[in-house]
Amino acid sequence: MNFYGVKAIYNFEMSRMRRTLMQSVLSPVISTCLYFVVFGSAIGSRMGDIDNIAYGAYIIPGLVMLSLLMQSISNASFGIYMPKFSGTIYEVLSAPVSYVEVVLGYVGAAATKSVILGLIILATARLFVDYSILHPFWMFSFLVLTAVTFSLFGFIIGIWADGFEKLQIVPMMIVTPLTFLGGTFYSIDMLPKIWQTISLFNPVVYLISGFRWAFYGVSDVHIGISVGMTLLFLGACMAGIWWIFKTGYRLRS
Amino acid sequence: MQPDISVRNLNKVYEGGFQALKNINLEINRGEIFALLGPNGAGKTTMISIICGITNMSSGEVRAAGYDIVKDYRRARETIGLVPQELNTDSFETVWNAVSFSRGLFGKAPNPAHIEKVLKDLSLWDKRNNRIMTLSGGMKRRLMIAKALSHEPRILFLDEPTAGVDVELRRDMWEMVRKLREDEVTIILTTHYIEEAEEMADRIGVIRQGEIILVEDKTQLMSKLGKKELRLQLQTKLDKVPGELLLEPVELSDDGYELIYTFDSQQEQAGVARLLRTLGDIGIDYRDLRTRESSLEDIFVGLVHEPAEG
Repeated sequence: MNFYGVKAIYNFEMSRMRRTLMQSVLSPVISTCLYFVVFGSAIGSRMGDIDNIAYGAYIIPGLVMLSLLMQSISNASFGIYMPKFSGTIYEVLSAPVSYVEVVLGYVGAAATKSVILGLIILATARLFVDYSILHPFWMFSFLVLTAVTFSLFGFIIGIWADGFEKLQIVPMMIVTPLTFLGGTFYSIDMLPKIWQTISLFNPVVYLISGFRWAFYGVSDVHIGISVGMTLLFLGACMAGIWWIFKTGYRLRS
Repeated sequence: MQPDISVRNLNKVYEGGFQALKNINLEINRGEIFALLGPNGAGKTTMISIICGITNMSSGEVRAAGYDIVKDYRRARETIGLVPQELNTDSFETVWNAVSFSRGLFGKAPNPAHIEKVLKDLSLWDKRNNRIMTLSGGMKRRLMIAKALSHEPRILFLDEPTAGVDVELRRDMWEMVRKLREDEVTIILTTHYIEEAEEMADRIGVIRQGEIILVEDKTQLMSKLGKKELRLQLQTKLDKVPGELLLEPVELSDDGYELIYTFDSQQEQAGVARLLRTLGDIGIDYRDLRTRESSLEDIFVGLVHEPAEG
């Protein structure tokens, strides 16, 4: 195990976050706070409870998950795309590091940043909305699992992308709509039957449902299914990365 | 003694079918400076990229410091430092962080004293806290070398290291390369400046269209393939080469005032004496004469422009 190699990549990526604090942390925190103000405090006070939970508190897990998904993908995809773009990837490719170590460094840093961000957003939410966490261990586990899974997904996007536009396409065109339609602002039980069935094909439903269960003990789908689906996506991302390094796809000609 | 770099039957065919390397066989010994010369697109960078792990080979076997670069890639890569052709740097990082990053990446524990020495040797110490984006092109080139030396490699690849740098920096680099050789670092250099290879290399390899067409000790190469030229400035203009000299390799300059006699540098110089005697016999006077030995550049140009066999 090249411990120093993993540490070098990890520290390098974390220092990139420190350099871009406004973009990496402040920007998502501020935009999520706006959701809390508008949907939590302003509109939320006029909305009825869902599953006996105040609306403002109900949307917290979904909003944290929205930021977590977007930032995990963004951090990891930029992390690996930038060396490809600037040409410094030659150093990683020529170093005595295995692909597992490369992934540990880049994805580890991206997931760390996302978890920190998620915790900051949770702490900030306290300023606007009162909420409780019924299963703190599971809440944190879900946070970490989702951050790692979507950082792996972001890593794949970063390798696949051959331009900045492609880096943005998947988060903006796919992940954001899926998150908004995945029960961030509502319970899928509130939808007509046909839309409930369609929603079950949206993987983000399982993430938000599981995360919400960790907060309030209520969920749209069983917690076991939520964990299983997240692990399934994690496995799919790991398989994708294994294939990328095995074939050298867009890394080694 | 086991070679530091051993390349056997190396082939590289890119997607699309272009064969960049054709059955390359090459051995480079410990502590030698090997210059790999070739025109653009000959396959120099592809070969270096394969040895360093950046590009996959299609077939063949490559060993670095005795380790197979595929099966034992960790140990092989630990021994290699690479200074690539392009100035690819992380613009927002500081010099110190960038060099420390490289050392860590190659699996070495932090050693600030070594980083300090490398930066001082390359005149980068004063810039250690500067962001890379603020450095000049020459300084960035030094930084690339510092990064490659950060993990104390025993094999160093310099891919066009002095491209676009000023004369002073080029001389500094040559000096640094000589110092590295004293520490038994094996250096593989590709360059377009033949003068550089002539100045530094122990052995020369020439690659053309993906094939190594020659590997030779520099001194032997220059004496074997070198030519000498004798130019005689005539007192009076000639219209054509006199008939008495037609059997000799003699040419007349365009203006008719110079006779040019070309001969093998290893050949006995009896031909010169014979030529001068003949000129005296037929009454052709000359004002001055000078000889010139061909440079490595002349030899290189001759080699790469030879038609390929088959």
